[in-house]
Amino acid sequence: MIKIEKLQSGYNKTKIIKGLDMVAVAGEITAIIGPNGAGKSTLLKSVFNLCDIYSGKIFYKEENIKKLPTHDLINFGISYVPQGRQVFTNMTVKENLEMGAFVFKDKELINKNIEDIYRKFPILKQKQNQDAATLSGGQQQLLAIARSLIQNPQLLLLDEPSLGLSPKAMKEVFKKIQEINKEGVSVIIVEQNAKKAVEIADRTYILENGKIALSGGKEILKNPKIKNIYFGGI
Amino acid sequence: MLSAYIIHLLILIGIYLILCLSLQLALGYTGLLNLGHIAFYAIGAYTSALLTLSGVPFIVSFLMAGIVSALFGYLLAFSTNKLKGDYLALATLGFTFVIYAIALNWTDLTNGALGLAGIPKPDLGILQIKSNAFYLFFVSITAVFSYLIINKIVKSPFGKVLEAIRDDELAVRILGKNTFKIKNYSLAVSAFFAGIAGSLYAHYITFIDPSSFGFMQIIPILSIVIIGGIASLRGTVLATFVLVLLPEPLRFIGFPSSVVGPVRQIIYALMLLLILMYRPKGFYGKVSLE
Repeated sequence: MIKIEKLQSGYNKTKIIKGLDMVAVAGEITAIIGPNGAGKSTLLKSVFNLCDIYSGKIFYKEENIKKLPTHDLINFGISYVPQGRQVFTNMTVKENLEMGAFVFKDKELINKNIEDIYRKFPILKQKQNQDAATLSGGQQQLLAIARSLIQNPQLLLLDEPSLGLSPKAMKEVFKKIQEINKEGVSVIIVEQNAKKAVEIADRTYILENGKIALSGGKEILKNPKIKNIYFGGI
Repeated sequence: MLSAYIIHLLILIGIYLILCLSLQLALGYTGLLNLGHIAFYAIGAYTSALLTLSGVPFIVSFLMAGIVSALFGYLLAFSTNKLKGDYLALATLGFTFVIYAIALNWTDLTNGALGLAGIPKPDLGILQIKSNAFYLFFVSITAVFSYLIINKIVKSPFGKVLEAIRDDELAVRILGKNTFKIKNYSLAVSAFFAGIAGSLYAHYITFIDPSSFGFMQIIPILSIVIIGGIASLRGTVLATFVLVLLPEPLRFIGFPSSVVGPVRQIIYALMLLLILMYRPKGFYGKVSLE
């Protein structure tokens, strides 16, 4: 589904991703984990053209999408939920969802998609007229994910969805991610909570200093080197 | 009958209202810290004055004032698209200086510091607006239409997107909107109404010179928008009345004119300070200045 070749990217003249190759297969959850500063978020931003790309290629369904304008990537079926949720706190839950739906012109389709979202996220229906600012952290994260799902993506990029969440909220968010994937949406997830991410992922890449240090399936957790270096506390 | 003085004040309120509502669209709703709004006002005033002085009918000049200002607004937004906050404020402030310098130095066109005199009162074809009472009626109609149009824009889905850009531009971009283009449109529409206000000013005073459009003129406009409240049109209306009328009693106290100006600025500054301290959202603002 997505294939990255020899990618080098960063911010201004600071190179963060230093020649990275990886593949994310359609229908799978792909986890990207690694220590702070390894370039995990920058990798997702590179796909979404939110940082400087110096060289390399990013193929999505055989098409090189490198440096396509961010607003065009939605039309390719890619959605991105950035770190820190970024919901519109001055708007209600419903207005936030409508913001996600404005790629569609058809009002009926927008309403249908919002109703679909309410079926998948009943808590958002309950709170649809509340300002997003009044939601808990976990609910805001669900809203951010729901808002991106309203665009019917085939590939969902999630940057640290568990950031700052309570264990209970985190569990709920990860459960939703699995449900979304089961409905056919491919997911690439960048996570600090390595154990949780590996558990739900079909494929995991470990990023170190802007390059892939290791990749594998769930068995990667048992690798003693990985256990010591990256998952010290688990 | 309204006295000439009251009519004069109401005309000024009408012109200021259009100017402030248009700034509210760019600043309050889109989050563009545009300190160059006076430049659009100037462009509108000069465009309308120059066209009518060269024989173009008023109604055409009036609309051209808005259109030419909108073009400049679009160009300014296009060239400063990647700037935000303080940087955008400085760049747009610089634009005011550029327009001021052009008005002052391109004497063949603008008559420089001597200004343009004898700007005709509006002639709408079937009727001529000679009296100030009639001019007040014309300004009021224009202000009401401006309010309705800007209100329609901010209440529309497009207006919601503008507010979303103000709150979090990145979040809007990742949802599939070309925020650069939207900001260009917002500033162009904002500049259009500022140009219209400029035209109304030029044809009311019948004389304009560069000093009418110095960068200091942004202070009362900005004060009105902030005191009225960010992203509030009714707040802007109320603040326009309050801030235009508030310094008026100074005229009757007997201060010399050299004192009235600075005292007026002090009043605006005091109002701003009080608002920041006790009512950070302004009269009816949706977004806190904190």
